Amino acid sequence: MHVDRTPWYVYAAVLAAGILAPIVFPAYTTQIALLWLMILFALTWDILGGQMGYNSLGNIFFFGAGVYISAVVQIGIFTDVGAYTSARGGEQLVLGYFDYFGSLFAGMGAAAIGAALLAIVLGWVLLGLRGPYFAIGTLGLALSARELAGAWEWIGGGTGVPMPIYPGLPHEKSVVFYIAYFIMAIVTFLTVRWLYSTRFGLAINAIRDDEEKAEAMGIHTTRHKVVAWAVAAFFLGMSGAAFGNIIGYVEPQEVAFPTVTFGIFMVVMSLLGGKGTLWGPVIGATLFHIIKEATWTYMLGWQWVALGVLIVVNVVFFQQGILGWVQEKWPERFGLVVEEDPGEDQTAGAAAE
Amino acid sequence: MNSVIEVKNVSKAFGGVQANHDISLAVPEGKITGLIGPNGSGKTTLFNSIVGYHPIDSGSILYEGHEISDLRVPQIARLGMLRTFQQTRIYGNMNCVKNMLISVPHRKAAFMDMFRPYRAELTEKAENLLEFVGLYAKRRLKAGDLSFGQQKLLEFAMALMNEPTVLLLDEPTAGINPTLINGLIDRLKRANTEFGITLFIIEHNMRVIMNMADTVYCLAHGELLASGPPEEIQNDQRVIDAYLGAH
Repeated sequence: MHVDRTPWYVYAAVLAAGILAPIVFPAYTTQIALLWLMILFALTWDILGGQMGYNSLGNIFFFGAGVYISAVVQIGIFTDVGAYTSARGGEQLVLGYFDYFGSLFAGMGAAAIGAALLAIVLGWVLLGLRGPYFAIGTLGLALSARELAGAWEWIGGGTGVPMPIYPGLPHEKSVVFYIAYFIMAIVTFLTVRWLYSTRFGLAINAIRDDEEKAEAMGIHTTRHKVVAWAVAAFFLGMSGAAFGNIIGYVEPQEVAFPTVTFGIFMVVMSLLGGKGTLWGPVIGATLFHIIKEATWTYMLGWQWVALGVLIVVNVVFFQQGILGWVQEKWPERFGLVVEEDPGEDQTAGAAAE
Repeated sequence: MNSVIEVKNVSKAFGGVQANHDISLAVPEGKITGLIGPNGSGKTTLFNSIVGYHPIDSGSILYEGHEISDLRVPQIARLGMLRTFQQTRIYGNMNCVKNMLISVPHRKAAFMDMFRPYRAELTEKAENLLEFVGLYAKRRLKAGDLSFGQQKLLEFAMALMNEPTVLLLDEPTAGINPTLINGLIDRLKRANTEFGITLFIIEHNMRVIMNMADTVYCLAHGELLASGPPEEIQNDQRVIDAYLGAH
């Protein structure tokens, strides 16, 4: 039950930044679109990692599943998937606006629902693992999915699948997918904000603090854990669907299951911003993405070293993250009370009915 | 008299250690029943067996006449039988009120109920119960920052919030300041009389258990040694021997 005390002007500023950014920096539209994707990554990772205490290293699996589900749906509407992929890009789909967007929406919907269903099925098994075992189990899930996708010829194997060509100009495509990621990030944020204000939020916090106690109190722990993962998977799957279309080409290593980049970034961003908080993942993702883009531009060759240093400093010296640190410093600003409050009617007594 | 819990010939071994052997006892509805015995006599094992923490080797456990020895912990908890832990367990990173709110009964929780917000009456009820155990002033503090004794009181309040039929308390007064113990005894008794909760209590403090319980069972070496009203147990030579180590 987190009461969101964010002042309205913060929301207004984020909205304004989101709308103005691609207008002011049209050349960076795709990079800023990826910033919204990073925010979505961090927010969905934090549902389990921060709020529920289940550190997943394999959430990228649902992203990749979304990439592939959407590709299969988008192509399957117009042609035979097996024949299309075996042509190795010889006959890339060229569609009109109506067909393109119709199939894109169908693909995104199928990817979101498909990923959520996968999370429900896999969750029944994997969410029985605790602590480091869950982390390793989910990492195995992502890695094995990558290998499987690389070996499965029907979906193109290691060569991959060329996606339908966007019917308009390249910049128009960037703007369209910018809007898609901007909206997805906002919807994800509003969804987790709402979730954390319900019983669900308290229940997953209880699971984080002491799962055995939660069971002993009769909380439906499995139900909550599975739903939490399914919500994360829903948005990850949807974002994966869009990602395959932005790149224009789907393959397992770099696009669908980039475990050591996106898969690790989502963890790092949540930790950097402050896991278990509403805004922490947003702040962490924004900062991380800016640092990443800057090091890619100005320290080429050293970018991985710079990111590695950032991760080490974060984990060793700064575990609570930026927002976590701010909350410790000024708890009263966040409605976290550290002193006793005698209240007005201590003598009323025996009021328990 | 109706028995809420009936334990029949229950045995439980961990490897070569026979923690419980052929134990039978009954917890009458609406009463306070005590369970005593020296350290390692199998009291907590019996509690764990009853609440479904581990499967039993043989015997049967009935709750309100239904077999529950094959149910799991959360299922049994949702039937209305709750336990508190010897090593107090609360949700350390949440404040006291939140600890209370998440402890509402989950008996009738339908799937969609998990997406409901909390009604104001629940917060009020949570605060009233915190008042009842004397933690009202600390209701907005992080539960993990409370002292051990206060955490015990919070755990007790959380159990009351769950409106159980039976409450199994594992050493409720251990680690509590002696001056607070009287207050706790009083509250346990009121939980029994005012809220109608059947209590089943493991306790080492003889003054406490003899003062409260209607019936006392004594375990030693995993077996039931004696049972009866407190006066009788207090003067039972076998019980005295067991505690003094003559057994």
